[in-house]
Amino acid sequence: MSGGLYSLEKKDFNKTLDLKAIKPYGDAMNDGKVQVSFTLPVSDGGEAVEAAKQLMKKMGLDNPMIVYHNQLTEAFTFFIGYGECVHTIDYTSIKVPKVEVRTMTMEEIDEFIEKNIGRKLVIVGATTGTDAHTVGLDAILNMKGFAGHYGLERYKWFEVYNMGSQVPNEDFVAKAIEVKADALLVSQTVTAKNVHIKNLTNLIELLEAEGIRKDLIVVIGGPRITHELAKELGFDAGFGPGTFAEDVGAYIAQEWVRRFGGKK
Amino acid sequence: MAEMFESKLGIDEKKVEKARQIAKDIALDVVSFVNQYSTVSVERTICRFFGIDGVNSDDVPLPNVVVDHIKENGGLQDGVALYIGNAMLETGLTPQQIAEQVSNGKLSLTKLPMHDVEEIKSKIDELAQEAIKLIDEKRQERERMLSEIGEPSQPYVYVIVATGNIYEDVVQAQAAARQGADVIAVIRSTAQSLLDYVPYGATTEGFGGTFATQENFKIMRRALDEVSKEVGRYVRQTNYSSGLCMPEIAALGAMERLDMMLNDALYGILFRDINMIRTMVDQYFSRIILGYAGIIINTGEDNYLTTADAYEQGHTVTASQLINEQLALLAGIPEEQMGLGHAFEMDPSMENGFLYELAQAQLSREIFPKAPLKYMPPTRFMTGNIFKGLVQDALFNVVGIWTKQGIQLLGMMTEAIHTPFLSDRYVAIDSAKYIFNNMKNLGDEITFKENGIIQKRAEEVLDQTIDLLEKMRDDGLFRSLEKGVFANTKRPMRGGKGLDGVFEKGKHYYNPFPEMMLSRKREER
Repeated sequence: MSGGLYSLEKKDFNKTLDLKAIKPYGDAMNDGKVQVSFTLPVSDGGEAVEAAKQLMKKMGLDNPMIVYHNQLTEAFTFFIGYGECVHTIDYTSIKVPKVEVRTMTMEEIDEFIEKNIGRKLVIVGATTGTDAHTVGLDAILNMKGFAGHYGLERYKWFEVYNMGSQVPNEDFVAKAIEVKADALLVSQTVTAKNVHIKNLTNLIELLEAEGIRKDLIVVIGGPRITHELAKELGFDAGFGPGTFAEDVGAYIAQEWVRRFGGKK
Repeated sequence: MAEMFESKLGIDEKKVEKARQIAKDIALDVVSFVNQYSTVSVERTICRFFGIDGVNSDDVPLPNVVVDHIKENGGLQDGVALYIGNAMLETGLTPQQIAEQVSNGKLSLTKLPMHDVEEIKSKIDELAQEAIKLIDEKRQERERMLSEIGEPSQPYVYVIVATGNIYEDVVQAQAAARQGADVIAVIRSTAQSLLDYVPYGATTEGFGGTFATQENFKIMRRALDEVSKEVGRYVRQTNYSSGLCMPEIAALGAMERLDMMLNDALYGILFRDINMIRTMVDQYFSRIILGYAGIIINTGEDNYLTTADAYEQGHTVTASQLINEQLALLAGIPEEQMGLGHAFEMDPSMENGFLYELAQAQLSREIFPKAPLKYMPPTRFMTGNIFKGLVQDALFNVVGIWTKQGIQLLGMMTEAIHTPFLSDRYVAIDSAKYIFNNMKNLGDEITFKENGIIQKRAEEVLDQTIDLLEKMRDDGLFRSLEKGVFANTKRPMRGGKGLDGVFEKGKHYYNPFPEMMLSRKREER
């Protein structure tokens, strides 16, 4: 039996929660327990396991334990390990930019637009560049929506143009001008090697060159997108995983009123 | 069908026959339409079969150079074969030499004096026989290796490599084979499907994959042959005969002994916005080549369910499978080479969702008893919670072994996070093998309750399928796609990419391959 499981040793760490110094929680406050899995480019054996443990120590994981190791192919070994994190974080000092929006339902959003704007807001959405994924875009826009949350097409007071995937920025901007869009929605899934950054920056440049950036609410969404990144790239808002149509819809409606005032 | 029809789902054989007949009517209508046309990609394929390869100083592939040259000089309606055959008679050069001279501006194919058409055709036929001989050799080579090295049992374990670098892909592919993979798909670079040429040579970059090139096919085939001998199992290579170069890539696959190819015009129309006439013409020729070369096709019905709801739209998958089956049969593809697609994509929060998935998979199995069905894992509802993801994939694998799917594309618990790590693939293969072995004969042991949830669901899907197919027969496939029958996506017949590469065949048009390949297939039977 290894030392970690069912250990009766007295644990000598402070078990009170201190928000100025939090660490991972396994089954006791401040035990610091973390699970990791990784592959090292060496064949399996005693040296491989020792290398994995030493690496975990360098990651800041005390008492590293390799609970499973298996050679995947010659010169590659997979490890699952547990250790106790030595680092702490001051939670009280953390500030994360978030999209400022009052949560609303579909009906509330429709009512809000009807009352405050009095015309349909036009949205153009696309997965731009070489990205071929439309799952995220469709989840937000399609009539059907996702997980019981109807997409923006279903809203009475949004007029939605879903351009699908692999849309060049030029076509996207041309469509925005053609249909007099109020908001643009960009979905990006493929973010490996940061391919999306250049493409997203290029879109903002194009909008600025056309002189329409300030007239539009421009948002991005995707599994690796944060509001902070969106702001950095010159967008108005960024939506990550767990976003539903009403989050985006409420933001667009409220931001429009905030920026352009109420009914004219 | 000669065998007794046995249904665990209690479905009516007559309904299946009816659905199949309607699908056949739809497919015949499509084929008689596409037979009037050819495309630039079909013509480039003929060039490749004639041995034209390489690129010019601007990296333009010579098949493109030749076809563009004939197109610019207004001769494309007769097809490239006639011009190449004629140039051979006139100059005594080989097709490759002719292509090089065209590229250097030393030869204008449309300005040469034309020989007698019958004389040209017999020259072309000679060339075509040589290409066919090469494909025959590759096919026999596969058959020999399968019998000498060993054929894995179904479902084949299908995994993806996608490093973007062919040499890195080789490392990952061999590792996967050692862990138990039977099929390796080398993912193409995003957007290759929209290139109207096939890149040349070995490639070490790309987004989310690397390019499908003849050299890359060769490199991967060599690596898989090597590892096949080591593991005592023939490991199959897969790539994508799809997009604007669909038939060209089919030809390269046939020449480099690929074993399986994704091939579905409907996918290109719906998800890549490729013009439907272009890709249907391309698909017909591709399928003739793939069928002849003994390559298993994989169709893309699973993709409909990534945008449409899998429960509500289950019948669109079945309808599309039936149409794809008929389109394949008309192109000479035997049932044993039809990896018709479907997927485990229902919302995991749905009550009894597993039962509906089981019903759908069993229905596919019963309607297509000989087809090595291609079953796709959950993707739409994979969340990033890798622990739950592994369970979702496990349920998918249970349905796979239970309903005897032919090709199981393994799900990765890190779906929606990144392209698979070496270890992700290991975890996926290890757990799939566990399930396949542990539940091997489950399907033989268990019958479904009469008029229970599963039987009723299957019947409902079949009835909806027949309704949909009847509507589609009235409209024709093209009009139906304009109406948005699949994947909730509408595509105009004269819209989309690649329409400018379609042309109506002229009076003297000649492409020797379809007839040669189809008649030989008929002789075999």
